[in-house]
Amino acid sequence: MKYKIGSIDFSILSPEQIKNIARVRIVTSDLYDADGYPIEGGVMDPRMGVIDPGFHCRTCGGGIGECPGHFGYLELAKPVIHVLYTKVIYYLLKYTCRECGRIMIGGKSGKKTTQPSTCPHCNAQQKKINFVKPYVFYEDKKELTPLDIRERFEKIPDSDLKAIGIKGGRPEWLILTLFPIPPVTMRPSITLESGERSEDDLTHKLVDIVRINQSLKENIDIGAPEFIINDLWELVQYHTATYFDNELTGVPLARHRSGRPLKGIIQRLKAKEGRIRGNLLGKRVNFSARTVISPDPRLSINEVGVPELIAQELTVPVHVTKLNFKEAKNLLKLGKVNYVIRPDGRRIKVTEENRKDLLEHLTTDWVIERQLQDGDITIFNRQPSLHRVSMMAHWVKVMPYKTLRMNPSVCPPYNADFDGDEMNLHALQTEEAKTEAICLMDVKHNIISPRFGGPVVGLDLDQISGLYLLTKKGTIISREEAAQLFADAGIDIKLPLKDKFTGKELFSLLLPKELDMEFKANCCRNCDECIKENCEYDAWVKIRNGELITGTIDAKAAGAFKGKIINKLEKMFDDKEIVKKFIDDAGRLGTAFIMKRGFSIALSDLDLPENIRKKIKTEIDKAQEEANSLIEKYKKQQLSILPGLTAEDSLEAQVMNALASGVSRVSDIVAENVKQTDVMVMALSGAKGSIINTTQIAAVVGQETILGKRIKRGYLYRTLPHIKPFDLSPVSRGFVARGFKDGLTPFELFWNIMNGREGLMDKSLRTRKSGYMQRRLMNALQDLKVVRDTSIRNSNDQIIQFYAGEDGMDPSKSYWGGLNWKEYVKEAE
Amino acid sequence: MPKHEILSEEEKKELLERLKIQEKQLPKILDSDPVIKKINAKAGDVIKITRNSPTAGKSIYYRLVISK
Ligand SMILES: [Mg+2]
Ligand SMILES: [Zn+2]
Ligand SMILES: [Zn+2]
Ligand SMILES: [Zn+2]
Ligand SMILES: [Zn+2]
Repeated sequence: MKYKIGSIDFSILSPEQIKNIARVRIVTSDLYDADGYPIEGGVMDPRMGVIDPGFHCRTCGGGIGECPGHFGYLELAKPVIHVLYTKVIYYLLKYTCRECGRIMIGGKSGKKTTQPSTCPHCNAQQKKINFVKPYVFYEDKKELTPLDIRERFEKIPDSDLKAIGIKGGRPEWLILTLFPIPPVTMRPSITLESGERSEDDLTHKLVDIVRINQSLKENIDIGAPEFIINDLWELVQYHTATYFDNELTGVPLARHRSGRPLKGIIQRLKAKEGRIRGNLLGKRVNFSARTVISPDPRLSINEVGVPELIAQELTVPVHVTKLNFKEAKNLLKLGKVNYVIRPDGRRIKVTEENRKDLLEHLTTDWVIERQLQDGDITIFNRQPSLHRVSMMAHWVKVMPYKTLRMNPSVCPPYNADFDGDEMNLHALQTEEAKTEAICLMDVKHNIISPRFGGPVVGLDLDQISGLYLLTKKGTIISREEAAQLFADAGIDIKLPLKDKFTGKELFSLLLPKELDMEFKANCCRNCDECIKENCEYDAWVKIRNGELITGTIDAKAAGAFKGKIINKLEKMFDDKEIVKKFIDDAGRLGTAFIMKRGFSIALSDLDLPENIRKKIKTEIDKAQEEANSLIEKYKKQQLSILPGLTAEDSLEAQVMNALASGVSRVSDIVAENVKQTDVMVMALSGAKGSIINTTQIAAVVGQETILGKRIKRGYLYRTLPHIKPFDLSPVSRGFVARGFKDGLTPFELFWNIMNGREGLMDKSLRTRKSGYMQRRLMNALQDLKVVRDTSIRNSNDQIIQFYAGEDGMDPSKSYWGGLNWKEYVKEAE
Repeated sequence: MPKHEILSEEEKKELLERLKIQEKQLPKILDSDPVIKKINAKAGDVIKITRNSPTAGKSIYYRLVISK
């Protein structure tokens, strides 16, 4: 039974069609007989398809997977309204004549169209139609039964329907007289371990419909009183309605015996876990694993440590050939093959019992599904997968314990850390997939971001602090220590014949001899006049022939996002192994050195001498006085008004400015006088933290803001109840004149928390908004492509751009998004 | 505003031939657009837009004038 789909047409089924596609007429609400076999004429009638393995369909003879299932139908004793079409039914009732069935054009009151009062065709007086959700219609307070409605709709001429755009069927078909019973294949029952059968929600619902319908019919036949018939009719209507949609407003939820709401057809399709979003747009995949990640700097950036348990579960298909026959047989013998696929396509699970037998039968046209082993290629991923470097190819390294392990230098592209993050791993199954992953997705080919043209893979945190401490001025290391350092780092290198090394000399051993570059390090203090090599802070990095001559290595040199050395190497060498090796080695060297030296911080690191604290106090007081004098001027209406601002806004701007420059002066004092401890190592090297953080802890937190303005909200004319009305002074408007270390006053703490809460709200709002924006952009751009003539076209072959990005530039080949023309000039010379 | 010019019939023909495309594959601009009114272009004209770009220096774009 194979057909090719010619076209798809969405319309309403007519009663005839329902009867025609059906193979079974349902007559009983019983499902199984005493022996447990499905009853003919019941809702599980075996002519509606097979769900039990080994059985064949009574209609088409197909087995499981071959028989698509077949419909049945139920004759309703009295018609019911199709709830999903009540809107159409309402409009048709309102705008067609109750006598002749012709369309009537509505009148207008304001923006709403109103029901006409007389028919323009036959002059019949119309009555007011009312719709009460979910499925009851009234005409002048008298209920219209589905029978009445059906009768009316039959009168509407086809030509009129065409005129108002109703296609695909007659309106009377919206009132169901025959009810289609879907195939059992779309509502299979499951057999529980206890041998008990558990039916699908839809089957439960169908049983209800059939049962009530049966009882309705019997009552009509015996001529039961009208109210009983109406009650049952209403019940059939209720069950058919909740069969389609069990979330109708104003309708009690149809529930399972356990109290769980039943799933209607709409609930199957709708929302995140529904058929569309959950099964069609997003599927669960095989050959994948997920677990917690942890760091291992001994792995290369393009490796991933896979726990043995996972490696034993994930498999890779290997075609057995003459060349690998011995190997394959050996793997099978060792129990490293989970399944074998025979030439006839049968997949057999390898067990202790059948292994011997399989070993004997193994030939060169079999396929073995081998367990993951060192050197396999996999795709590693962390959600949210916002950009392409959220999924990269890593080589497998099978390891003990239970976490997936990765080099900490690939944390930045995945935005991963090790506070419990989990990541996914996919074992690739075909040669094409593997080749594509190796050539395009390997981490070493994705070091440069296609978004901004700088490295996304690079050193992070302690790796940077370590290299900074190693390469800064004054680090001297004995030969013995140096040898130990490289051994710790696992770097195989030959030390030059010297007794003592500077840190710079050791770092230089990692650099290729061809490297020549000069740039400002992260620790540069932006002196008024840069004296380059002679910088007192050793912030001018100068590399000649792969030899670090001056400068300290920090985030600007080797960090992710900023690292200039990584960027240069990536662009210098086609062999990305060199770049990979540099990142691997630099990270390990930094880690090894920081572990040898030790690294710790304490609150007392941010202590300042008494005289400096006094100086800072005067600076803060000065700034506040300045702000207060501005406020005085404002009150006397002498304040200079800034262009485009009201007097009030001018004051706010000037006050904020005065306070901010005060804080920045304090910041300078702190930077100059704070003890040179590991806190400052982190801030200067760009590993973590900044001078602003330092200032806020040690000296002054500064102005807290809401929506970028000084705090204003709260009570009438003031921010807090203890403040005088109209007080505009810094302290009453969210200025925190102390450092975190000194402790905040209760009111300052309150302002700080207001600011913090704003940040929190902002963050959650922004991520949601940007996530939606991202989705819309992806959908809009997904089929744009660069064609042979370098123009960008959509799927209709329409030109979108004549040249990619209007400049034809590949951002990943750019220098942080721009052109490094100085470099080009130098190269040309 | 970047420079907008109307292409002559020959220039238009040459452009379509060079890109091996039909007129309808070009990006569009409505004739009710202020700039189109300003340079007095008519539906069916092709407009050449010369934009300044920090990376490309000058970037050239073409749009077909259409009416609603
Ligand atoms: Mg985390
Ligand atoms: Zn069948
Ligand atoms: Zn009429
Ligand atoms: Zn400097
Ligand atoms: Zn300097």
